[in-house]
Amino acid sequence: MSALLLVVTIAGERVALPADAVESVVELDTLIPVPRAAPHVAGLSALRSRVLTVIDCMRSLELGATHCSDGIREAAVVELDGHHYALIVDVVEDVVAALSEPSPVRAAMGPGWERVSAGMVETEAGPLLVVDVAALIAGVEAKAA
Amino acid sequence: MDDLIADFVAECREMLESLGGEIVAWEAAPDDRARLDSIFRFVHTVKGNCGFFEFPRLEALSHAAEDALADVRSGRRQADGALVSAVLAIIDRIGEMVAAIDAGEEMPGGDDSALIAALEQGAESASAPVAATVAEAQGKIAAPRTIRLSVELLDRVMSGVSDMVLARNELARRLRESPTDVPIDGAFERLSSIIAEMRDAITRTRMQRIENLFVALPRMVRDLSAELGKQILVDIEGGDVELDREMIEMIRDPLTHIIRNAVDHGIETPTERLKSGKREIGILCVSARQSGNQILIDIQDDGRGIDGRKLVEKAIASGTVTKAEAAQLTPREQLALIFEAGLSTAREVTAISGRGVGMDVVRSNVERIGGVVEVDSKPGAGTRMTLRVPLTLTIIPALTVSIGNQHFAIPRSAIEEIVRANGESVELERIGGAGVATIRGRRVPEVALADILGLDSPMKDEERTLIVLRPAGGDVYALAVDRIHDHEELVVKPAAPAVMATGLYAGTTLADDGSPILLFDPAGLAEVGGIRLEAQERAARIAEGPVVAAAQSTELIVFRGLDGARRALRLSVVDRIEEVAATSIRPAAGQLRVQLGESILPLAGVGDGELPADKVRLFRLNDGSHEVGYCFREVIDLAVLDHDIIDADSPGEISGVTLVGGEPAELIDAHWLFAKHVGAVSRSINEQPVCRLPGDDPWMQNMLRPIVEAAGYRVVGDCDEAEADVVIVSKGAKVDKKAAARTIRLRAEPEAANAKDSSIYRYDRAALLVALKSAGGGRGR
Repeated sequence: MSALLLVVTIAGERVALPADAVESVVELDTLIPVPRAAPHVAGLSALRSRVLTVIDCMRSLELGATHCSDGIREAAVVELDGHHYALIVDVVEDVVAALSEPSPVRAAMGPGWERVSAGMVETEAGPLLVVDVAALIAGVEAKAA
Repeated sequence: MDDLIADFVAECREMLESLGGEIVAWEAAPDDRARLDSIFRFVHTVKGNCGFFEFPRLEALSHAAEDALADVRSGRRQADGALVSAVLAIIDRIGEMVAAIDAGEEMPGGDDSALIAALEQGAESASAPVAATVAEAQGKIAAPRTIRLSVELLDRVMSGVSDMVLARNELARRLRESPTDVPIDGAFERLSSIIAEMRDAITRTRMQRIENLFVALPRMVRDLSAELGKQILVDIEGGDVELDREMIEMIRDPLTHIIRNAVDHGIETPTERLKSGKREIGILCVSARQSGNQILIDIQDDGRGIDGRKLVEKAIASGTVTKAEAAQLTPREQLALIFEAGLSTAREVTAISGRGVGMDVVRSNVERIGGVVEVDSKPGAGTRMTLRVPLTLTIIPALTVSIGNQHFAIPRSAIEEIVRANGESVELERIGGAGVATIRGRRVPEVALADILGLDSPMKDEERTLIVLRPAGGDVYALAVDRIHDHEELVVKPAAPAVMATGLYAGTTLADDGSPILLFDPAGLAEVGGIRLEAQERAARIAEGPVVAAAQSTELIVFRGLDGARRALRLSVVDRIEEVAATSIRPAAGQLRVQLGESILPLAGVGDGELPADKVRLFRLNDGSHEVGYCFREVIDLAVLDHDIIDADSPGEISGVTLVGGEPAELIDAHWLFAKHVGAVSRSINEQPVCRLPGDDPWMQNMLRPIVEAAGYRVVGDCDEAEADVVIVSKGAKVDKKAAARTIRLRAEPEAANAKDSSIYRYDRAALLVALKSAGGGRGR
């Protein structure tokens, strides 16, 4: 299996993002809030001449909020339907190769993780949950609708 | 017939263009079936069309090529170099002839039989004549050299250039912060101008000729007119005007709709046309031209025109306007009713148009892209519709504002005016918790941006600035913002769905320092702010362009005077712009005065220029207690006073000259204007004039007295000994000549008895006011 995964930590939990979905890893400094937008939209930031919509992964997973006020945050930049998003994560760790196809997680996860789960894969670093980027970006409302 | 030929030429052109690559590829690989097929299709189409149009030479050529290619397709013959060259020669010759047809020239001379013979199996290689033909063709058609690029690549280059602009801006900021040498500044300036030039050039690559849109029109009109039994000639002009390709797509539907209307309702059937003394062939002119950063598209027909009165009747019947409102409408406003929802003048519904769901959609579509649609029509003579659209969608002139320390942008096109909440002409009230602003007597709903956004703002309502907005297709409202910053041209990009879901924003953009800014959607703001937008203010919709007043720095309105001179006025003294009929301007009491509704203002600015014959535009200047009109030809721009003023030699109407927007403009001295034109009036107000009214006339006492008093007079009766400035009497009454400097005689009947009769009809309020005012002015002299 040669699919590469980006290992990140969200809310203290090690998870994997499909590496081919991730364009780059950036450090966000300025964040322009978007009034009235869904809570998991942390704001806008600029990466070169592109506007990034910054997604607070912890809020999207209903696991609390990331403190954005304390300066630089690490984020993974992904593209979805022509828009660029920055997913705020705690730490970006490593890129690993998947050793198996994703398989459903049978254990009970929290509702937030359940919603964004794309299955579990085996890696050299042990089993990791693969996160569905689109579900992460859609946040809570999309599921309720 | 001409239209059909034009279509044929256009089709051939298109096919030839796309065939260009195929031919070369086929030459490299003669047994490539796909290439062969597309070349075969081309000659086949040409052959079919030529038979219809009687172009025997074209037909012979394409027929021969088709035969040869058919043999190859059926496997009876191998494609070899000789055949390829021969076919290419024929295609070139066809291209040449098509070009000649298009230009309306004679067919190029020369014998085609050599080319046809070259197709024969085993014929000698015809490469020599081919080369000759090609060279000849290239010499004749001096077409610009073009290449095909994918739009994606263009967009990438475009975003690269945007990056460059941002990098330059940042560099500029850094350079400003640290002391630098002159040579570095010079080099930076050069880099800067090169980047600006590149940006312009790359923006132009997104442009497309509007021809692409116009090409389909003749065919559409032909089909429609055939269906309706009409004869229509389409005349298209300005196809070379360039427009952003997205914009072209956006105006396709509105334009189509307007043309369908013109064909269906505008142009009459041949019999009707002959009856009304017109040529039986109707003419439909579609023309495009560029004006500033706008494109104007005119669609003009010489049909029956739009009957304004019928529209008004319909509008009253459908409840769009009340009878009282309808009586107030000017002819232009009557015509503009055609854009109201649910109105259609067609007596019966036809398959083509006339369901009354048209022009309102056209208007809202055009307004959505920041454009305007106007109508002008003369019954019996025709209709002209004008679409005005901005050059490009992606660069939007916007105003940046802020709440707290966050910046936002508002599209300029929606801004009607900007006023200070604590300004003299503005009052803020709260009615049932909702804000209502009264701006110069007009009540508009008011909402604070901070409340809509749920942001904290330390500013009090009175300290804010109100931006009067008119969203596309909606009514005005006032938006209170903390601070106004700058006018900027912003490159707007769509925002992510999660941001758009708020309904508040139209997109995002990057400020000069590289930080993102959200662009508001004015209609969305109103909706979230709870303001209802259904009601339409008809009169205001047709009003002249927005008058933007600034909060800080000295803003100037630059305009052209009646004598053609470039002048500027401080914007703060300009109350508003009015358009009046020339007949409401007349000399009274020693100077020109203009009647505006119920008030009469001294008129300045006529100078040596001539007053236009029909409509006069003027600024209404206000010094807080008095008003003066200043007439002008056209507004040029709004600008900020940023250069020194070179004083005039002697005090007068012009206080000096300054550079505005790179050109000199004469600066009007508003103080002098007021001193000259209202000096007399203001003196008379300090010393109240006296008017004598007959005390025993109940009409005078009850009806007239309040008006006279409102005009600034002290009213006295017959027995009062005070010397009166004006005496008002009924016509026929005796007047003591000594008693008054002036006498105003009133008559009861509207029409004057004869030419010498100088009396005023007693309900002619305007004339009465003029008489009163000139009497007062006379005393001051």
